Amino acid sequence: MTPLFQLLAAQAEVPEVIDRIPSGYSHFVIPFTIGITFFLCWIGVGCVRLLAAIPRTDMIRFWKSLFIPKTIVKNLKDLFGDCLFHVKIWQRKPLLGYMHSAIAFGWFMLIVLGHIEVALFVPARLNVTRGGLFYPIFYRYFVWMNPGHTTLRGSFFFFLMDFFLLYVLSGIALAVFKRFRSIVLGMRHTTKPSLADRVALYSLWMIFPLRLLAESFTADLSGGSFLTVGVNHFWHFLFGDKLWFTPCWWAYSVCLGLFFAAMPFSRYMHILTEVLWILLRNAGIKPHHPRKGVAEAEIYACSSCGLCLDACPMNVQKKNLKYSSVYFIRFLRRHNEKKINTIADKCLMCDKCHALCPVGVDAPALRRAQRTTVNNSLPYDYSYLSSAVSAGHLSGPGRVHPRFAAAEYGLSPAADPAERTDSPVADDTMKPEVMYFAGCMTHLTPRIIKAVDKVFKAAGIEYVFADREGGICCGRPLMLAGRTDAAAKVLEANKKMIEESGCKTLVLSCPICYKIFKDEYGLEGIKVVHYTQFINDLIASGKLKVGMSEEKMVYHDPCELGRGCGVFFEPRAALSQVGTLVKAAKEYDESICCGGSLGSLTLDTRDRAKISESSVANLLANGPDTIVTACPLCLKTFSEAVSNSRVPMPVVVVKDFAEIFS
Amino acid sequence: MVDFGFGLVPSSRMNLDLFDKEKYGELSAIEPDVRICMACGSCTAVCTAGKFATTSLREAIEDIKNAKPEKALEMLRACQLCGKCSMVCPRGINTRHLILSITKVYSAE
Repeated sequence: MTPLFQLLAAQAEVPEVIDRIPSGYSHFVIPFTIGITFFLCWIGVGCVRLLAAIPRTDMIRFWKSLFIPKTIVKNLKDLFGDCLFHVKIWQRKPLLGYMHSAIAFGWFMLIVLGHIEVALFVPARLNVTRGGLFYPIFYRYFVWMNPGHTTLRGSFFFFLMDFFLLYVLSGIALAVFKRFRSIVLGMRHTTKPSLADRVALYSLWMIFPLRLLAESFTADLSGGSFLTVGVNHFWHFLFGDKLWFTPCWWAYSVCLGLFFAAMPFSRYMHILTEVLWILLRNAGIKPHHPRKGVAEAEIYACSSCGLCLDACPMNVQKKNLKYSSVYFIRFLRRHNEKKINTIADKCLMCDKCHALCPVGVDAPALRRAQRTTVNNSLPYDYSYLSSAVSAGHLSGPGRVHPRFAAAEYGLSPAADPAERTDSPVADDTMKPEVMYFAGCMTHLTPRIIKAVDKVFKAAGIEYVFADREGGICCGRPLMLAGRTDAAAKVLEANKKMIEESGCKTLVLSCPICYKIFKDEYGLEGIKVVHYTQFINDLIASGKLKVGMSEEKMVYHDPCELGRGCGVFFEPRAALSQVGTLVKAAKEYDESICCGGSLGSLTLDTRDRAKISESSVANLLANGPDTIVTACPLCLKTFSEAVSNSRVPMPVVVVKDFAEIFS
Repeated sequence: MVDFGFGLVPSSRMNLDLFDKEKYGELSAIEPDVRICMACGSCTAVCTAGKFATTSLREAIEDIKNAKPEKALEMLRACQLCGKCSMVCPRGINTRHLILSITKVYSAE
């Protein structure tokens, strides 16, 4: 018996793989080579153009970010998690995750393993001048396995290749099934494919069955594993010794070529653009224009998967499907100005499509950028702002100072005007550190103001009521409408007023205000909190005593508070101290907009009512007694939806978060 | 204009011959809600900017119908688009879009 090491040495002398076609070329590679060359040129030019459109400062930031350890870790995590393993899809819809990673990850592995095989067995062929572009793709056609000299290493690769081919084929089978019954995979609506999408899609579907066909015909010569060899035996059984190599390899090559030629115009551009988009996104670069630079990367990173279709609250009515983010991005790609504007104005800006997007495309931000191109230049005159908030006279000319006004109603003893005149030394020390800014919408729902006041009193909090007698808007609605310059003016006036007040904590009861105060105001040394967080802290620190009741409550996540600012847990923590919290059908990231959002410019009352109806139905899934929300706009919308409902509905009360604790 | 032999102060004068049908058509095409306003004034009553400046959506709509578009634009310049008016409108008018549309249509010359 020959020792193993001698066997291995003997094998090393006899080649395992023999170049069957010494030229390493056959005519059938032409379609594929044309397709891939076109694609590579297109992507090269596109990449340069895209990066050239990004402003210099952003570009510097981008290059720098590639060397910051924290960003590098995040980049790697996102690239592997999103591009390769599709973690986000797996987490949300496992079957969809399987389908997508079968095709994407499976194909990726086939390409990588194919190249490794070439590198191991015929390394010279990796050279581009010797057919490196197509040789690894059609490797099986060009080689001949030396019979009796197949090593374990070779068989291992045969097995892996067959395994991943089977994996991809199972994904394709699911994808074909999804075209007919998408609901089984967890999608009610799917995107209507465009022409290029169809070409790419059908050729993608054909690539892998044809690959199996081609490789199984060649399996006699080039070897194979359980799948290709098995199918090969079947062909022999059917056709005897007449096997047709060439037509199959031609068809395989044509499909590959078609796919790559159609790719730049189809949804499959996301495969590569996503990489660039993740790097740009993690560098923190924001789009300034709805179409150029970063926005372009974002647009081409959209996989047009249509998960945003089911996410969009507008789509309770089928007629609104056309306003979804996926179509918005499609029209942005096509520069269809008219449709872009219509879709941009319709959106509620609830941010759900962004939160659920597997690629993280921030479509609401693009819509906002688009609105800016139209609305930012409109005339405005805010000369009154300076007088409205000048020198603390926030409540307007001829009215009482807010600090005194609050005292008049007995809200804050420290701010009592009489006390202030009696003890001038106490001026600074007695200044309440907490400022409460109600905002426009809260003023429309005074029950919130009363409830907040009661809670503050019960907890012994002294506070300044910034806009008791009417302040100005926070600027967020202007921003949502794309009027950024006008918003900046409002923002500046409010910022001045707040900084001059000397407060340390700013409490807001409106999530719309909270979002902009937190993100855009840049208030140095002032803690900006939403009242849900503030009240939760009061309970946690024991300042506010609460008692348990029998009440069954459901909490609605307002869009701007939940998805917008990531405040999900504080309100729930506080509410679970006073009653039983039941679950809504969809909550947290998936909560449904109440329909009253200021984000939409053109959505009419009837459509909004439909959205409110579905949102209420979602909240009532587990039979609560009370709907609790933490947004004045949601409160008003839900109250109206519950009282005006035309469909029979269980008796339910709509309450504001603060009312639960007052 | 026919001279009836008596005068009116210019501010009270209203010349409906000057009413720009084309522009009004354009406006009602992009925001049909302009036609359903019943001039109740709820929007003006709750207006955030109205506390500090002369601004009124109700008057702006009237001004447009009375062929005084410049006055209408003047009425809306101070608007902060806060959306309170849309919440209180008994006719369910999409006031924010109406304001934007009036500004867009009538300030384009």
